Amino acid sequence: MGELTETPGRADDAEVPRPVESVRLESVTKRFDTVIAVDSVGLSIGEGEFFSLLGPSGCGKTTTLRMIAGLEFPTEGSIRIHGEEMGLRPPNKRPVNTVFQNYALFPHMSVAQNVSFGLEMRKVAKAERTQRVAQAIALVQLTGMENRKPAALSGGQQQRVALARALVNRPRVLLLDEPLGALDLKLRQEMQSELKALQQQVGLTFVYVTHDQEEALTMSDRIGVMNQGHLLQVGPPEEIYEQPLTRFVADFIGRTNLLDATVESAEIVCLANGDRLPAASGLPAGAKVSVSLRPERLAVRPRDSVSPDMLALEGEVDRVTYMGNAVVYGVKVGWMTIEVRQENEPGTVRHEVGDEVSVTWVPEAMSLVVA
Amino acid sequence: MTTDFGVVPDLTPEQEHESGAPALEAASERRAARRGFLVALPSFAYLVIFFAIPLVIVLVYSFATRNPRGITELRDWNVEAYRALAEPLLRSVLVRTLVLALLTTVICLALSYPFAYYMATRDSEVVRTLLLIGVMIPFWSNFLVRTYVIRVLLSSSGPLSEASQSIGLGEVDIAFSNAAVLIGLVYGFLPFMILPLYAALERIDWNLVEAARDLYASGWKAFRRVVWPLSRPGVVAGCILVFVPSFGAYVTSDILGGAKNPLFGNYIVNQFLQARDWPAGAAVSVVILAVMLIGTLVYFRTGGRTL
Ligand SMILES: Nc1ncnc2c1ncn2[C@@H]1O[C@H](COP(=O)(O)OP(=O)(O)OP(=O)(O)O)[C@@H](O)[C@H]1O
Ligand SMILES: [Mg+2]
Repeated sequence: MGELTETPGRADDAEVPRPVESVRLESVTKRFDTVIAVDSVGLSIGEGEFFSLLGPSGCGKTTTLRMIAGLEFPTEGSIRIHGEEMGLRPPNKRPVNTVFQNYALFPHMSVAQNVSFGLEMRKVAKAERTQRVAQAIALVQLTGMENRKPAALSGGQQQRVALARALVNRPRVLLLDEPLGALDLKLRQEMQSELKALQQQVGLTFVYVTHDQEEALTMSDRIGVMNQGHLLQVGPPEEIYEQPLTRFVADFIGRTNLLDATVESAEIVCLANGDRLPAASGLPAGAKVSVSLRPERLAVRPRDSVSPDMLALEGEVDRVTYMGNAVVYGVKVGWMTIEVRQENEPGTVRHEVGDEVSVTWVPEAMSLVVA
Repeated sequence: MTTDFGVVPDLTPEQEHESGAPALEAASERRAARRGFLVALPSFAYLVIFFAIPLVIVLVYSFATRNPRGITELRDWNVEAYRALAEPLLRSVLVRTLVLALLTTVICLALSYPFAYYMATRDSEVVRTLLLIGVMIPFWSNFLVRTYVIRVLLSSSGPLSEASQSIGLGEVDIAFSNAAVLIGLVYGFLPFMILPLYAALERIDWNLVEAARDLYASGWKAFRRVVWPLSRPGVVAGCILVFVPSFGAYVTSDILGGAKNPLFGNYIVNQFLQARDWPAGAAVSVVILAVMLIGTLVYFRTGGRTL
């Protein structure tokens, strides 16, 4: 992966934005027979942080979360919660609660019984229990539905019950496994802002698993991007989006054009067509890298309007997609087609298929990624 | 009112006067009901001919008269046969039958639950299937033969007894005893408990157990509060399937219990075949039936509400 990535297996203390550490993973590996579901992951999550684990299906997000919850034990490595080594401690003895991917509500219990389950198990007195259950149900706006069975609730309502059932225990860390995955787009967006508001209001640490990059970007304080069991990059949403370290991260978060390039010197990379670009990589000459160019950071202009100091590639408009608020061009630049997104503002010049144009960008729009 | 649909439904004239959609819906529901009835007709016919009619015959005979020569005559309807149920002999038979049937049910449940749980929690499909076949193998041989084999097993010259003698524990002789009948009943009805339990446990979403553990439940508490209640339909079904036939058991106690330990079933057979007192036999049958029916209804009512 090269030296641009976070050293695997070591939590990067410099990156912890909060003074108190909530969850810490050190060189955590999980093997199922031959499958390596999680591969030496190191991570440090701060108290009160909204931390998202983002990655494609099967990358090991759920497994990581389950290991924190104690539903699965690491093959190697250590997990600490509030400084305490968890080891083989069973889930019922850990100060975390989980909102499961499929909610896992108890079908034979009413909403109120579901929510009060954790308190009963911890032998909270009846009076306090009743009060806290009512509070939690009110928090997720389900008052009046206490006596319904989960089967008589909509998907969004079930999701809220699952949330209330976890929150009522006032865990210091809440683990959420794609809690909004089963909801339709509109409801999902509503719940996203509600969840985020709730998290800030209650001041909990959230470890939030999702494969939806937009969700991760809008909600998180920090994101950890995973692929094939590896934690590839950890950082705030802007950093992940603006300065992806690897080709995978650049490609997975948002849309991007990845241009193969070779490092020529400390300051220069060379594209496949021989063009030289100013980019500091810190890599030895000859190293293979990719230049990541976000479509919305590029511009399409007539060739004669390009000044020599601009970074540009010459090409021909290959396709034009009208998207209402924007126009997306595919510009053929010899060895590949580059996607350019132009906001649909009054006065913008529209290009047609076949137009000879240049794709231009400013140096800051470029990021260099490895592998 | 006419409908906008391209396909014109075959409505009767008076339906066409009603508003479109509800009439359509009602018509289609009626048609579905008619189809369902036709499909179920053979089963209805079978049940009526071979279950309902014999039951009515039994009921009728229980009120009939037995003449001095022992012949049952369908006249002078009376409840003599039911009055005889209060006799001490019959009462002791009833108590023994009840105790044995309850014990059989409880033992079957205790033996089956862990086994069904084990089966249902195997990941491998192959292992599950093999275990299931193992449970069903006894069904493939004759029940009478199997019961005789148990008698041999339990007799004083049987392998159990020999084994115990060879290690100096003395003779085992439990053939022709209540214990032997109990062993036979448990053996005979165990699969009826295992199968519904397995079916119920197999359907349980094991994520629920993880959710319970995550909510501070110990392994035992998770079982008590989640697995057990969700497997209740299987428990109820299994208990009924075991209790009902053990209460009416006849062959098992005949072969393993001998003449000195009759159960209700044996008493009824005696009334019909030896004492030739058909009304008495019929009356006992009716009482058993009524008790079963009430018990089952109560069990389903309470079970159905808390599930
Ligand atoms: N119990 C298990 N036995 C064997 N392999 C498993 C087990 N659980 C997970 N895996 C494997 O580990 C890998 C990671 O699985 P995991 O469930 O963590 O993925 P995920 O990132 O949550 O994916 P998704 O977004 O689809 O939920 C997958 O390849 C999966 O097949
Ligand atoms: Mg998952």
